Amino acid sequence: MGDPVGMAITHAHASGMGGMRGAGDLVARAQMSRGMRTWEAKAYVAEKLKISVADLTDPVIMTEVREDLQIGQMTPMPGCAKGIEAKFNIARELDFNINCVNRFRTRTSI
Amino acid sequence: MSKIFTRYGDGTPVELSEKELMEDMQAGTEDAADRANVPVLTDDDLKHMFDILASPHSFVSVERGKEVILTYDAGTLKIRRVGVNVDRIQALQIYEKIMGADTMELCHVDYSYKPIKPIITMEQPIMEQALLATHIPLFYGAMPNLGLYSQPDGPFPNPSELLPNGMIKEARESLEQTVEEAVRDIVFTGSAMYESGADGINLDSVGAAGDADFLASLIACRKLREKYPDICIQIGMAGEFILGMHGQLEFDGVRLAGLYPQDQVVLAKQAGATIFGPVVNTNTTESTPWNLARAVTFMKACGEVAEIPIHPNMGMGVGAVPVNDHPPIDIVSRASTAMTSLCKIDGL
Repeated sequence: MGDPVGMAITHAHASGMGGMRGAGDLVARAQMSRGMRTWEAKAYVAEKLKISVADLTDPVIMTEVREDLQIGQMTPMPGCAKGIEAKFNIARELDFNINCVNRFRTRTSI
Repeated sequence: MSKIFTRYGDGTPVELSEKELMEDMQAGTEDAADRANVPVLTDDDLKHMFDILASPHSFVSVERGKEVILTYDAGTLKIRRVGVNVDRIQALQIYEKIMGADTMELCHVDYSYKPIKPIITMEQPIMEQALLATHIPLFYGAMPNLGLYSQPDGPFPNPSELLPNGMIKEARESLEQTVEEAVRDIVFTGSAMYESGADGINLDSVGAAGDADFLASLIACRKLREKYPDICIQIGMAGEFILGMHGQLEFDGVRLAGLYPQDQVVLAKQAGATIFGPVVNTNTTESTPWNLARAVTFMKACGEVAEIPIHPNMGMGVGAVPVNDHPPIDIVSRASTAMTSLCKIDGL
């Protein structure tokens, strides 16, 4: 309950990792697929991306990292990996088991 | 001495002196400690919380590096609730690309597992299409909502009508039957959405109908975990305390009635949950300093014992967030900051 400005947007600014502006989605995947607690998940993602933990919420650094690795970015440029394409790259670069990526492979016989 | 602006638990503005603010925080932490048999906040914790609450700024945030992951309940529902007429995949994209969400949840307006079951084939293609177009992890979520299984909404006698008539045995039998039905519905729906590719399944507002509600969720969670070893399951609670509507229900030999967050999270892990979402309810007639100190006391104790990630609920009416459809940003940002900086938590 509560309107999105008062709830979701306020929490995102006060204490969130910024989602795709940073590495919030990637740290979330580390929690979800590996059961890591936050500090472990941040360290894991930072090591895989070869950046510092502090960089994980920096939109300038993370945009470059995301663009280089083709793992999805807030402003999608022509030709860059988007949606499921980017999630294939996330699974490979961060060694995550992503359910929909696995099912895509099965359904398309890749 | 100048007064400090804060609010009551319903959002009404109030000004407190420094002494009054500190006294309210002290009373809040003592109330939580007494109820849940956990330690009160330390003097350093209270000083840190005081600084957050007394800040003259309208918006407060955590220190750089202390950020946590955000998960959402009733995710796509919140866009429609404010009258924005977009479909659910667009709502997911709005959260992902415009609101900085780390994760998101697809859900139906009739947000319970029971009504989802007959329309599951309409829900699965939405999830499958959404997963092609988005990047952040997507949950599918709904509530166990055991209230829907008793008359007049369901087949079983209503415990709330049986109990006042002294029919305790009959009420307990009814609750036990609702558990079986609810488990079937949750496992059916959770399985279908996982097989459509969902990154996680969210059981939201668990325990709303008491100990039977919590038991159904734990059993369903264990069954889903056994069926899909890699599945992510989030159990988000409805309240801080498990109501003993049955009173004798147990999970793995532990009586459920009366459990507080630091005990609930242990059972959630045993059941196979990946993320646990503890709750502390907001008291509308107490101040934010009272509510916040109380909420942080419960959550600090929970975070200390948790062996799985915990995401305390910080939506409207919980986690010291005022009970108002438009929660004031001044209080929400302070509650968010205090919870994240004072407790060993993994998300909100």
